Amino acid sequence: MTLRTIFLFLLVALLIVLTGVLQSWNTALYILNMGLVSAIMALGLNTQWGFAGLFNVGIMGFVALGGLAAVLVSEPPVQEAWAAGGTRLIFALLVGIGAIAAVVAIRKRLHAGWLRAATTAVLAIAGFALYRTLFDPARDAVEAVNPASTGFLGGLGLPVLLAWPVGGLLAAGAAWVIGKTALGLRSDYLAVATLGISEIIISILKNEDWLARGVKNVVGIPRPVPYEIDLQQDPGFVEAASGLGLDPVTASTLYVKLLYTGLFATVLVVLVVLTQLALNAPWGRMMRAIRDNEVAAAAMGKDVTRRHLQVFILGSAICGIAGAMMTTLDSQLTPGTYQPLRFTFLIWVMVIVGGSGNTLGGVLGGFLIFFLWVEVEPLGQMLLNVVTMPLPDGALKTHLLDSAAHMRLLTMGVVLLLVLRFSPRGLLPER
Amino acid sequence: MDLLNALVALTNFVIVPATAYGAQLALGALGVTLTVAVLRFTNVAHGDTMAFGTMVTILATWGLQSIGITGGPVPTALIALPAGIAATAALLLATDRLVYRFYRQQRASSAILLIVSIGVMFVMNGLVRFIIGVDDQRFDDGARFLVSARDFKAWSGLDEGLAIKTSQGITVLTAAVVMAALFWFLNRTRTGKSMRAFADNRDLALLSGIDPERVVAITWILVAALATIAGTLYGLDKSFKPFTYFQLLLPIFAAAIVGGLGSPVGAIVGGFIVAFSEVGLTYAWKKVFSYLLPMGLAPDGLAQLLGTEYKNAVSFLILVLVLLIKPTGLFKGTST
Repeated sequence: MTLRTIFLFLLVALLIVLTGVLQSWNTALYILNMGLVSAIMALGLNTQWGFAGLFNVGIMGFVALGGLAAVLVSEPPVQEAWAAGGTRLIFALLVGIGAIAAVVAIRKRLHAGWLRAATTAVLAIAGFALYRTLFDPARDAVEAVNPASTGFLGGLGLPVLLAWPVGGLLAAGAAWVIGKTALGLRSDYLAVATLGISEIIISILKNEDWLARGVKNVVGIPRPVPYEIDLQQDPGFVEAASGLGLDPVTASTLYVKLLYTGLFATVLVVLVVLTQLALNAPWGRMMRAIRDNEVAAAAMGKDVTRRHLQVFILGSAICGIAGAMMTTLDSQLTPGTYQPLRFTFLIWVMVIVGGSGNTLGGVLGGFLIFFLWVEVEPLGQMLLNVVTMPLPDGALKTHLLDSAAHMRLLTMGVVLLLVLRFSPRGLLPER
Repeated sequence: MDLLNALVALTNFVIVPATAYGAQLALGALGVTLTVAVLRFTNVAHGDTMAFGTMVTILATWGLQSIGITGGPVPTALIALPAGIAATAALLLATDRLVYRFYRQQRASSAILLIVSIGVMFVMNGLVRFIIGVDDQRFDDGARFLVSARDFKAWSGLDEGLAIKTSQGITVLTAAVVMAALFWFLNRTRTGKSMRAFADNRDLALLSGIDPERVVAITWILVAALATIAGTLYGLDKSFKPFTYFQLLLPIFAAAIVGGLGSPVGAIVGGFIVAFSEVGLTYAWKKVFSYLLPMGLAPDGLAQLLGTEYKNAVSFLILVLVLLIKPTGLFKGTST
């Protein structure tokens, strides 16, 4: 904890407090909560890029898997859908997985040659055909159950907090598959592979209605905190609110947000402490050694690809946890809102601006950049209002004013480029 | 007769669209592969470069149309193309001067350059959205079809029609001309040879008196031209929407990697491989099968392997297969 660290974190705190005073406390708490989530995502990426030099441009996918976990864990199961075809559908999925496993096993047994190629092709095609014959009718049956309100299998009906570790596990599973294929090759292959898997995860979420209703969205995911409406009807709460001089509606929204803040802050602190412990342990020294000189580390007997796989899975799992937390905060899963610029590349800006390789740097970047992301839009609007003042009313002026929303992308790009140029190690450099 | 009908259906729904799409991907992948070979980094901003070039071309098209100049049967956008290329080249050269040159002089690693290109991508994306917005734009004019389905049926007497859109014909023709010109440039001219020398061994090229800044500038101009042409052809064939162009990044990278990063021939072959697999796997083969197979054996379902919404999964599958089986790509690109 240097003076600089403390100063910069105080500055972020001040910015959030100023938002509260000047705009509204609800906005300030929104920035704080999403800042906490962003900080965790940035921590995940920092583990991969900052500590191991791995290129992950598929954070969006891991975040979305976390969101899926929130649905699968906490939504109540849809009994009719399970009765209609749920078991058949799960069986079909197992058959599909079994077919893939069979192909892999056969490929391991046989030697390379035309026999192996032919068996692989036949097995793959037959497996796929079998899977589709089993899967398609089951899916149609499930999706036909009351499509306007359910049309999916639902979840397990467990407390939503359980979804956070489950989200991490789902993301870790996806990361394992990607890491197995793309690690150990040139570094930008991992980048392209992660870009691909994230797009596919979003496609699956958008199109597989039986899983999480696709673009029909799952809304009203159970919450770990009380509902505002219940608080407003609780006489004890109303009394306490009026004691603080707040009306019950504002007080209830603030109270709920503060509860989330408490939960999120706990997760962040635990993760930061764990990361710091790991980094100061021999494991952390080994990771840095591998990052700084792979050849030398390999010569010392370190299995570079294996370590890379390990840290890639860990970082992705952290992103998955953050994704589950975000969906919990929103109480809804809306696959249409996952945009790579927002959920992948913005996280990169956070890590680079905050300081790659520095745990607290990434956290700081998460808060700061999310603050900018929210606040650039009203500021840009104001700026354009001033700039277009002398212009006559007309198409150009309207166009400029309407385009203010796009200022934030421009700003993020400029911020990233400026930091990379003039302070390439970020606001809080790695020691 | 049934065989002919099946062939026509196959051509109409698979071969023609996939050839046009493949040509567009190949041009895009050529741009990526040139950046990798000469500038030595993976340019994430390539999709947005394509979007920028297409945007300028669209604006120029509208300008031409408003003063009454059109291309007659061919799309006006082809006349506007030079304006798009010039503007994109200017933008890329300015970006290089302001951003990339600093890192080149520092001999920064390709990883740093990739991150820098993320920043450039944000700026370009913001610029495009700021100027033209996020909505769909259609800008094709002129004749819609080279061969229309009805004319073909009347001429051949078959049940199946064959339609070739003007944009598809123009895509293939333009792509062929551009590729021929590019290979002539790279293999036959002094500048092209110096570019290849620079790509092969930078230090040796410097020793032989090749001016690196000139090579870099020419590369950016080529990338601008390829990106703008690819983007405009894609936009003519389908439509222009900034976000779609960002999503083209995945098939384009897949094409470049399948062919072998850094290999121009590979980029072209890769583009067609990705396009044909994408269209082939997402096409409902029922129609073709029902002509070929005897009565009763024809499939009940659509015989579609993957829904069209999963077409990006195809590029990814191809990518994974290549990474697992032959990481250097078909044409010996660099893999480490």
